[in-house]
Amino acid sequence: MKFFNENLPYILAGISVGGQYALIAIGYTMVYGILRLINFAHGDIFMVAGLMMVYFSTAMPLYAAIPLVLALTVLLGFVIERVAYKPLRNAPRMSIMISAIGVSYLLQNMALYVTGGLAKQYPPIPWISDIINIGTATTKRVTVITPVLTIVLVVALVILIKYTKIGMAMRAVSRDFETARLMGIKINNVISTTFIIGSLLAGVGSLLYFTNYTGVVPTAGAMPGLKAFVAAVFGGIGSIPGAVVGAFIIGICESLIKGAGWTTFSDAFTFALLIVILVAKPTGLFGEKTTDKV
Amino acid sequence: MKKVIALSLALALLLALTACGGSTSSAAPASSAAPSASGDAAVDVIKIGVYEPASGDNGAGGKQETLGIQYANSLVNTVNVGGKDYKVELVIVDNESSNDKGPSAAASLVSSGVSIALGSYGSGVSIAASDVFANAGIPVIGVTCTNPQVTEGNTHYFRICFLDPFQGTVLANFATDSFSAKTAYSLAKLGDDYSVGLCYYFQQAFEALGGKVIYETFPEGNSDFTPYLTKAKNEGADVFFAPVSTEAAALIIEQANAQSLGIPMMAGDTWDSNVILNAAKGTKTDLYVTTFFDEGTDDEQGAEFVKGIKEWINANPTNLSNNGGDDTIAAVSAMGYDAYFTALEAIKAAGSADPKAVNEALWKVDYTGISGRIVFNETGDAIRDAAFVKKVNTETGKWEFVAIQGVN
Amino acid sequence: MDKKMKSIYSLIAVAALFVFLFLLERTLPSTSMLFTVLKKGAIYALVAVSLNLLNGFTGLFSLGQAGFMLIGAYTYAIFTIPPQARAQVYQYFDGGIIQFALPVPVALVLAGLAAATFAFLIGLPVLRLKGDYLAIATLGFAEIIRAIFQWDKLGPITNGSNLLRKFPAFSSVLFPFAVSGICIALIVLLINSSFGRAFKAIREDEIAAEAMGISLFKHKMLSFVISSFFAGVSGALLAMYQTTVQASAFKSAMTYEILLIVVIGGIGSVTGSCLSSFLFIACSEWWLRFLDAETVISGFHVPLLRSGFRKVVFSVIIMCVVLFYRQGIMGDREFSWKGLIGLFKKPFAKRAKAKGGAAHE
Repeated sequence: MKFFNENLPYILAGISVGGQYALIAIGYTMVYGILRLINFAHGDIFMVAGLMMVYFSTAMPLYAAIPLVLALTVLLGFVIERVAYKPLRNAPRMSIMISAIGVSYLLQNMALYVTGGLAKQYPPIPWISDIINIGTATTKRVTVITPVLTIVLVVALVILIKYTKIGMAMRAVSRDFETARLMGIKINNVISTTFIIGSLLAGVGSLLYFTNYTGVVPTAGAMPGLKAFVAAVFGGIGSIPGAVVGAFIIGICESLIKGAGWTTFSDAFTFALLIVILVAKPTGLFGEKTTDKV
Repeated sequence: MKKVIALSLALALLLALTACGGSTSSAAPASSAAPSASGDAAVDVIKIGVYEPASGDNGAGGKQETLGIQYANSLVNTVNVGGKDYKVELVIVDNESSNDKGPSAAASLVSSGVSIALGSYGSGVSIAASDVFANAGIPVIGVTCTNPQVTEGNTHYFRICFLDPFQGTVLANFATDSFSAKTAYSLAKLGDDYSVGLCYYFQQAFEALGGKVIYETFPEGNSDFTPYLTKAKNEGADVFFAPVSTEAAALIIEQANAQSLGIPMMAGDTWDSNVILNAAKGTKTDLYVTTFFDEGTDDEQGAEFVKGIKEWINANPTNLSNNGGDDTIAAVSAMGYDAYFTALEAIKAAGSADPKAVNEALWKVDYTGISGRIVFNETGDAIRDAAFVKKVNTETGKWEFVAIQGVN
Repeated sequence: MDKKMKSIYSLIAVAALFVFLFLLERTLPSTSMLFTVLKKGAIYALVAVSLNLLNGFTGLFSLGQAGFMLIGAYTYAIFTIPPQARAQVYQYFDGGIIQFALPVPVALVLAGLAAATFAFLIGLPVLRLKGDYLAIATLGFAEIIRAIFQWDKLGPITNGSNLLRKFPAFSSVLFPFAVSGICIALIVLLINSSFGRAFKAIREDEIAAEAMGISLFKHKMLSFVISSFFAGVSGALLAMYQTTVQASAFKSAMTYEILLIVVIGGIGSVTGSCLSSFLFIACSEWWLRFLDAETVISGFHVPLLRSGFRKVVFSVIIMCVVLFYRQGIMGDREFSWKGLIGLFKKPFAKRAKAKGGAAHE
């Protein structure tokens, strides 16, 4: 029991971080599933959402700021896709990935310019930032809400993909781009929808993440973004449940490693896990096997 | 078409390369009209370089230190050298708190022809740029870089603040005296010379007093500090020592409150900042810092400085936002103020704007500033024997003076 | 123009360049930003060409370059710090366990070899991966390398996460130009050899290349190891340029920067990578710095200009290149005397002269 009590805070923190990674990872995995693009800018969209919240919360009440931030985050994702990725649809894969790196560079530099390079304090959101007791551990309410909210959103998303027309179109496009187009699916609409869903979830994720870790800096999105991507690969890229499971595993492991005193390697561990998975089972836990056509 | 583009880019490169062959110091940002100090043209401007972070980890502190220098410059912006009045101009660069970007920023200062440089907040960037200044023969006054390595083994880097071996010992003494601490948890940031160094000296001193130290580091970009706080609790630490940048500090305080840490937290001079005050206000934390200067000083000169700089900061919205949005005066601003006047003293004593002469003159400077008397010893460090200990009043969000602590 | 003439022209051009640089150092004050740009540009040119060898010529999308530079920089620094300075540098580790110093050229080669050795070990598992997976795995390895070098337990060798300094550095701009020049020349020779043709075959079509009898794994490994060797050398040069080195500087952002240089120069063009390195460094370190300073022109306060604006403008320029000039400066073409003469005949005859000097740096 003593062991459990001592480790409870680590596990709670891990689950909470895992939930937040999961919300970002879904954006990665959906975009990769359809466009075969590692959207390096996704982590930065997450950061921009946090930054917008900082500025809007001073100008308007929270109940207005939160929907506005989510709407603008979605818009940002949509615009990035239209401006930076759509023109390159027929270009080599490397060009579009470089474009993603360019967007990430741009967003970080814009954030640096706007904030003047200083960390911005995220506003406390009533109720979810309250402090509560769980067993022997004390934490913010958001820690408990995150995994619940994550699972609810994921279930909703899975239902959307399974049972709606747009969901069916997404599955078709991710299976076979060309054939889907022949079948009359408007590819661009499907891709935009993917980016909209991904950005929305990243927006929600940023709300939860920054309520827990209240400093927003221009590079705040880079590491969570990379880790979420690793989570997506770990779970099998293209698979939404895979991304969520992967994210929780990575979040919890990371927290336990820090607890064990191996702090120098907490980031490195994530990447080591990635490489092991890539070498042993490149398609991840839940990924589908792909075959190369000659 | 592509050839034309390729060609014009190549041309632009070559033109620029040759163009700068003609105008030597045209690289000076913003003030290209001012002639270089070493030129033959009628020189009536002396440039002082400000090598401080304005972004990154230490951006908040760097801006406050720069404010102190700018305020000093707004009071006295001329210096009499050899019977002639020269205008003193500040050339400010941003070293981005980064050991790899710092040297380039220093190089741009050097190329703009400064006679002396001030800075930097953060020991790592100071060490990293030291050679750039040394090669150009430009002396530097370290304002609040406390790591011994900044001045050790060179003759161009000076420093007006106390050193980490001293500060670490002060903190260790304070922890054992005030909290009868037996076990201390100390946390540094990987690759940050300041926090790694201070934790090291704290550990030496604390273990010499018979205590036990649990030392850990966190990697860059980390924002989840709950595992570290939990570890401190589980190991039964009596104090939590985390002399890290204010950016991480704000997160640590916030999470310490959420986790009900319940033991006193201590840190060095970096935490003497209104970022910390804002983070700690309204929380249930117990925070102590060691620092160079106290806003509520009884000293006449110091009180006058505090009054003056408050008015100056409140009069200009940019200054106010650079100071973190309120008019709490950080110790680093006071140190920046003293550094500026120390530099002026040296220029006066040298009787010239030539960096070499200024460097020579610095060894003999004796100046009494608001933070005390400044005389450099043989390594170039000011001799300091006392540190202020302050505590956060979490209800008002202000500093409370605790003690002046020495090493004995 | 026959081959012999071409090489004579090239030799003359290189010699002229070095004389020009030599004279430049004699005439300009050593504090000029021009030298900063030239030194750093030469170093980045080498690492950009090494990345181009991998990405542009072999078609392997690797994002591990910063990690290999780190290994090179550390190897160089660790083995060249003079023993009398070690106690001061390794202050927390009782002077470290290495108590000798190697000559600079030996340490430079060793830096490359160390990076190449790591590359070989990493390549064994990773090079079997394809496309994006390879990119992300190499990126991951770079992060792991960074963590290992920051590890406290290795402190007696690596000084933990603290700065390494006091090692010999260069002051003349000729040194990085000479080292980078030799290395780039070696890479060009490799590209023009039968190995280079095999690399290009793999880039165009792996399966066809294999069918032609090219051993995929062997050639990929060769390209990866050689590229890492030169990345290691350029890391050592970067350490010399900065005069201090610290693991935390070698982040993935550094790899991205190098990748952007390669893209701006043109994927698959050595000349392009060299040109764009100098342009990139000059823009980011020098020409655009005026954007960071608040400026008042005859009473009018120019809007937007303040700290950080330089980087915004810079990244917008980069996005424009990526989106609208996908070929970069040179596409996949190289500098050649024939091309240069072709340019003479164009209406831009006068400008072409300018290019001759610049393109050969």
